[in-house]
Amino acid sequence: MTNAITNLVVEAMPRFEGYVYPNEATHQPLWSVLIVLYPYITGLVAGAFIMASLVRVFKVKALEPVYRLSLLTAFAFLLGAPLPLLCHLGHPERCYEVMMTPHLTSPMAVFGFIYAWYLMAVLLLELWFDYRQDFVQWSRNTSGFRGILYRAFTLGVMDESKEAVGLDMKLGWIISIVGIPSAFLLHGYVGFIFGSIKANPWWGNPLMPIIFILSAIVSGIALCVFNYMVLMWVRRRSPDMRCLDAMGMFLFYALVMDAAIEGLDWVHRIYSADEAFQILRELATQKLFYTLNLGQVLLGTAVPLLLLGTLQVLRRRIPEAARKRMYFAGSALILLGVLAMRWNVVIGGQLFSKSLRGFMSYKMDFAGMEGWFMGAVLLALPFILLTVLVKLFLAERPPGRAP
Amino acid sequence: MKSHVSRRGMMGRIGAVLAGLLAGPVARTVRAAVSKGLASAGAAPGYEPAKHKWVMAIDANRCIGCGLCAQACKSENHVPAGPYYRTWIERYIILKPEAGADRARGETLVDSPEGGMRGFGQPSVAAERIQHSFFVPKLCNLCAHSPCTQACPVGATFDSPDGAVLIDPKYCIGCGFCIQACPYGCRFLSPVTHTAEKCTLCYHRITRGLKPACVEVCPTQARVFGDLKNSAPEDPIRQFYQNNLVQALKPQLGTDPRLFYAGIDKEVR
Repeated sequence: MTNAITNLVVEAMPRFEGYVYPNEATHQPLWSVLIVLYPYITGLVAGAFIMASLVRVFKVKALEPVYRLSLLTAFAFLLGAPLPLLCHLGHPERCYEVMMTPHLTSPMAVFGFIYAWYLMAVLLLELWFDYRQDFVQWSRNTSGFRGILYRAFTLGVMDESKEAVGLDMKLGWIISIVGIPSAFLLHGYVGFIFGSIKANPWWGNPLMPIIFILSAIVSGIALCVFNYMVLMWVRRRSPDMRCLDAMGMFLFYALVMDAAIEGLDWVHRIYSADEAFQILRELATQKLFYTLNLGQVLLGTAVPLLLLGTLQVLRRRIPEAARKRMYFAGSALILLGVLAMRWNVVIGGQLFSKSLRGFMSYKMDFAGMEGWFMGAVLLALPFILLTVLVKLFLAERPPGRAP
Repeated sequence: MKSHVSRRGMMGRIGAVLAGLLAGPVARTVRAAVSKGLASAGAAPGYEPAKHKWVMAIDANRCIGCGLCAQACKSENHVPAGPYYRTWIERYIILKPEAGADRARGETLVDSPEGGMRGFGQPSVAAERIQHSFFVPKLCNLCAHSPCTQACPVGATFDSPDGAVLIDPKYCIGCGFCIQACPYGCRFLSPVTHTAEKCTLCYHRITRGLKPACVEVCPTQARVFGDLKNSAPEDPIRQFYQNNLVQALKPQLGTDPRLFYAGIDKEVR
């Protein structure tokens, strides 16, 4: 009812072109904006974690200033990742069945396990080993609720001996190593959910998991650049240029790989030109014109490639202030471009009929579970969580220390 | 003679005995779960699915597009109003090529107003321009390798041993993955129950010895229904296979449909 009222002003009847199966002629696609957000947020988690492992496993010293921020980003976004899925279910109260009685031939069935593994065995453990010594010190220096909180986070392990701290480091390193394939698994699997659907020629594609992983890495690094710059701006501090340059370099190479694989996908589609090609071509050039050609390809890939590529070649000749702006613009555009990519995959796959004879339309509602508002809230939530986490665990001045 | 029983042998035997003891209850539980699932689809009490193999076949040459089957299905199965169908009829109109064109055929027009439930009006093109026109009833393709069953994350959709692909509505979480996985557009998410729904071959009827509603009302016997495990050579379903060259829809996807069509064109998908 609320839906009906709030959408009254901008109500648009569903439009169809050509022939669509009668069950496809619904007001909204079955998977709408919430399912766009789900792979987007999951991808940001995987990418941010890979970013953190560059420091921990691959010992990229220049990235140390963003190590903890990347881990906290991954954590905040991982906490937000299942919400869109849950909100989308017809029966969210039965969601536990996915873990209690999983049907193992389904790509979706293992989500609960992969998610739990990633949250419990990778991120939480890594964060804990990384922060334990700090928790011990902070709990001594801080009073009140915060102090209690830090004390609780130590889980009672107050040992600060060299051996204990060394063991923390070692275990954290091992978990990081386990974490890299886990991050690939987390997002590759999301790609497989779509790639495994052979009924849909836009989705059913063996390259899909690889495309998802690469775009996840790109979006995750971009998010870390974005968050780092925003954090420095909020704290009125200048970002570490060595760190920014290093992030920019990784972002550029990841984007090159991502663009190459997505390009390969298109080359293959165009060259093999199977029975679905005609309708997919119309989809790409007309129905998804703005989000695919302008959003994903031009603004989300070509412009950032140009910006970051220029920075790779002419880094020393570009003044610092301009470099900062270019990194910020590049990362923000990539974040939008990857969101557009998720939109193109999820919504694009439902804009044409499986009869390959017609198109459906999609106009987002404002209110309701699958509306603009809900989408914005679910996308904002991880950022809010991250703000809290940064306040607690990445304070400008470590807790208890005099200003 | 002294018999020697090794520790490993003894462990093996104990294991075998335990497995034997456990096998009974496990088998009973599985059986109970299967019958519960079947009952949720409306099976008659005491019905034994392993003794049947239900199939349907469509003779498109006979279909007149009256829409009675789609209507009967809606009311028999309480299918929600709106764009939700367990079965529907498509009309194909293949036009003659334009004069002087170097093509064998013209454009193919397909429609299915309200799933064909109220029949079809006059075509939008003049009769002289039409090369071929025919109706194609659509329903669950009864895939032997059903992608919907494969995709269901909780096993709410299952292949019954009697050939029907069913959904346990008390178990379905409403994720919609099966709907995306069905290449034939045969499933929908019910706006009433918020679970996936599809053709069950009128499971509540066939398990009681009746025909599916759509078959029952078809005035031209375009829909043929039978039990492959209990059919004589003269039964309509056996006669259908005997007398027709058949096609399945989208065979390239490897779903191996058991719903066969006679008299359809390559344009049908």
